[in-house]
Amino acid sequence: MKPNLSDNPIRASFQLKHQSSNPKRHTDQFTLDVDLTLPGSGVSVIFGPSGSGKTTLLRCIAGLETPDQGNLIVNGEVWQNASLFMPTHRRPVGYVFQESSLFPHLTAGGNLAYARKRAGKKISAQLYDHAIEIMGINDILHRSPQQLSGGERQRVAIARALLINPRLLLMDEPLASLDKRRKQEIIPYLERLGATLDIPIIYVSHSMDEVTRLADHVVVLKQGKVATQGGLTEVFSHIDLPLDYGDDTGVVLQGQVVERDPKWHLARIAFSDGELWVRDRGDALHQSVRVRVLARDISLTLTPSTQSSILNTLAVKVDAITGDSDEAMSFVRLKTGEEYLIARLTCRSVDYLQLKPGQSLWAQIKSVAIVR
Amino acid sequence: MGSISVSCLLVLSLLLHTAHADDINVAVASNFTAPMKEIASLFEHASGHKVRLSFGASGKFYAQIKHGAPFHLFFSADQQKPAQLEREELIVPGSRFTYAVGQLALWSAQEGFIKANPDRLLALQFNKLAIANPKLAPYGVAAIDVLEHLALIDRTKSRWVHGENIAQTYQFVSTGNADLGFVALSQIMKEGRLKAGSSWIIPEALYTPIKQDAVLLRSGEDSPAAQALLRFMKTEQAEAIMQSYGYKPLARTQ
Amino acid sequence: MSFSEADLTAIWLTLRLATTVTLLLLLIGTPIAWWLARTQSVWKAPVAAIVALPLILPPTVLGFYLLIAMGPHGFFGQFTQSLGLGTLPFTFWGLVVASIFYSMPFVVQPIQNAMEAIGERPLEVAATLRAGPLDRFFSVVLPLAKPGFITASILGFAHTVGEFGIILMIGGNIPGETRVISVQIYDHVEALEFMQAHALSGAMLLFSFSVLLALYWLQRKQKIALLN
Repeated sequence: MKPNLSDNPIRASFQLKHQSSNPKRHTDQFTLDVDLTLPGSGVSVIFGPSGSGKTTLLRCIAGLETPDQGNLIVNGEVWQNASLFMPTHRRPVGYVFQESSLFPHLTAGGNLAYARKRAGKKISAQLYDHAIEIMGINDILHRSPQQLSGGERQRVAIARALLINPRLLLMDEPLASLDKRRKQEIIPYLERLGATLDIPIIYVSHSMDEVTRLADHVVVLKQGKVATQGGLTEVFSHIDLPLDYGDDTGVVLQGQVVERDPKWHLARIAFSDGELWVRDRGDALHQSVRVRVLARDISLTLTPSTQSSILNTLAVKVDAITGDSDEAMSFVRLKTGEEYLIARLTCRSVDYLQLKPGQSLWAQIKSVAIVR
Repeated sequence: MGSISVSCLLVLSLLLHTAHADDINVAVASNFTAPMKEIASLFEHASGHKVRLSFGASGKFYAQIKHGAPFHLFFSADQQKPAQLEREELIVPGSRFTYAVGQLALWSAQEGFIKANPDRLLALQFNKLAIANPKLAPYGVAAIDVLEHLALIDRTKSRWVHGENIAQTYQFVSTGNADLGFVALSQIMKEGRLKAGSSWIIPEALYTPIKQDAVLLRSGEDSPAAQALLRFMKTEQAEAIMQSYGYKPLARTQ
Repeated sequence: MSFSEADLTAIWLTLRLATTVTLLLLLIGTPIAWWLARTQSVWKAPVAAIVALPLILPPTVLGFYLLIAMGPHGFFGQFTQSLGLGTLPFTFWGLVVASIFYSMPFVVQPIQNAMEAIGERPLEVAATLRAGPLDRFFSVVLPLAKPGFITASILGFAHTVGEFGIILMIGGNIPGETRVISVQIYDHVEALEFMQAHALSGAMLLFSFSVLLALYWLQRKQKIALLN
């Protein structure tokens, strides 16, 4: 789904000086200063390192923080401006907190009923069953939160947030408190959510994995300010950004399955101008998929070598070269058709190949993974 | 609590002062507090003995003495408790005597609320009538006597409020919570005059005399000071003090 | 153990008083506790101190001031008189008012502690589920502070049953109206009726012990429930 900025966008600007309430961290005065336009559908991920103001931004949108200055318009409705502050309980937002936030005095089902009772409009039995089904919690509704695993608790919390009939779903690192296995268990539910809900989701995360799997639109925050924002593929193909994810640096490509090779269990994914063979995950033909290519998995050659174990070789053009925080390394942005790739090379290799913008050569890609 | 700590202090001070044979501990009923302080200071001055006074409810003193409290003399607010101690052979035989006779007054904290007569009582023109608990206080028994004589028991009963002792009864009236109350004359008189409000000093004929007895306790048997104080209570000096506080002179009652 | 008619009257009166006071205190104390638990106001400390005063003040001091304040010349007495209620000393409702002051900290503090322990998060969660302030209070704060309310009720009730000094000062010892168990025991002791005093005192001892036992048992149960 291509996010469309003109489609009922969310316009948000907040300025907030935040004196940490923790006396031990009294010194770090945090300032949030953002001005954003988010698409009115799909998943927007607020991405950035911890302490960059992601959660504060989300809380501002929910009305849980009172910023010094704030303007918020959602679907054309003013939620906040200089003279108006709609309190949280009047904003039709679903909010999923980082840690388990189920009411301990109610069962899982009781928690859902709490939300359903207070939803803006009547939640039909069909809608209710649908929320339970998406989150796969039908069998645990009678249990109390204490009897649920962390992952189950978050699934109930997400279903609960859906049952207030929100016009905007806010999720604050809903997976952060879970271990890796539970994360993997819950991510498919989130993907399904993004695909089936017709309301925008704003999702806070600092995990590259979650961003690449869930995001349609990405806002990168750094020290309380927007470093960059845009579509997923666009944001991660920037190398002029102060974005350094080290080994995690890489691009995300949106493509389509055009061929499946049952003999070798491979699938061919076509992009605007080029294609890649990847391990077949079982996706149907013509299925739209998202693949991730890490910078460290790309090596460059001046000639197309066929005598290699490398499966994927693309003709590319050098677009830009930039330094890394590691003195020995460089990032090279490559263009192939309409798409960008980023390669991470040693400076010595850059010098050896005499790389310069505009130069044509071949990119060998050691590994590609379908992330969605 | 209060009386326990008082007793503890007493025990402690006794231990510290065993060398002084002429120190005595005296338990005194609260209604007799003011005159006893004056009498004791006069006595100390005259005799050179040291008197330590404890004031409190007679009933509490009785219980404490029974359980070995180190008092030499006990000035009760009534006759029953000293007599009980005598039966229990806790006193020096023959030492019990009436040291004072209390007088009862009907009192109001408001000037001119009552004249020197029971008219207002008879007319039921008051909100509450404070009476010392007759079960506990001799002045309460006397008050009931008066009401019986005036045939007012049934008519006033619904307006009674009981003070646990005569001091609390006084408090109810002095704060204005009760318009009227039967109090000890000694509470409202000083130097022969009414301190405040208005009162009717009740004729003796209307109640059984409120005789207050004192006894020499076993522990005071060999104390010259204790015996000296008992003798001093019967002197004219002591009687004059009692009289100024509204107690009836002993000479006229005995 | 056997109780005289007067003893039974005193027992019944005491239970009636303690129940009335506990119910009223839950009504009055809950908003106070909520305010104390939430406020950042400079008035928090003074108000908390006033609520806690009866913990350290001798009952006689409180009783003395109440006797004056509720009397015909006191401000509260003037107020009740202007309402046509007369003055409160020597009445059941006078004891109720006095006991409300006297037992206030025993009700307010457990509730306040329980409310403080809830923290900000459940309230934020409720707000995002479209619960307004009052709704949040009833649907989240009250149920989550339930252990505090139970403790408060037990302590408030027991403390009122055990009240003596103030009642002595303002009660006037009227059977069926202000003569509660503790005063009745005092009367028995003062009148040297030790047998009757024993019976009532024993009953009080047993009652107090059972109350505390129930309280600690409950707290233990809650802790276990929390751990699971």
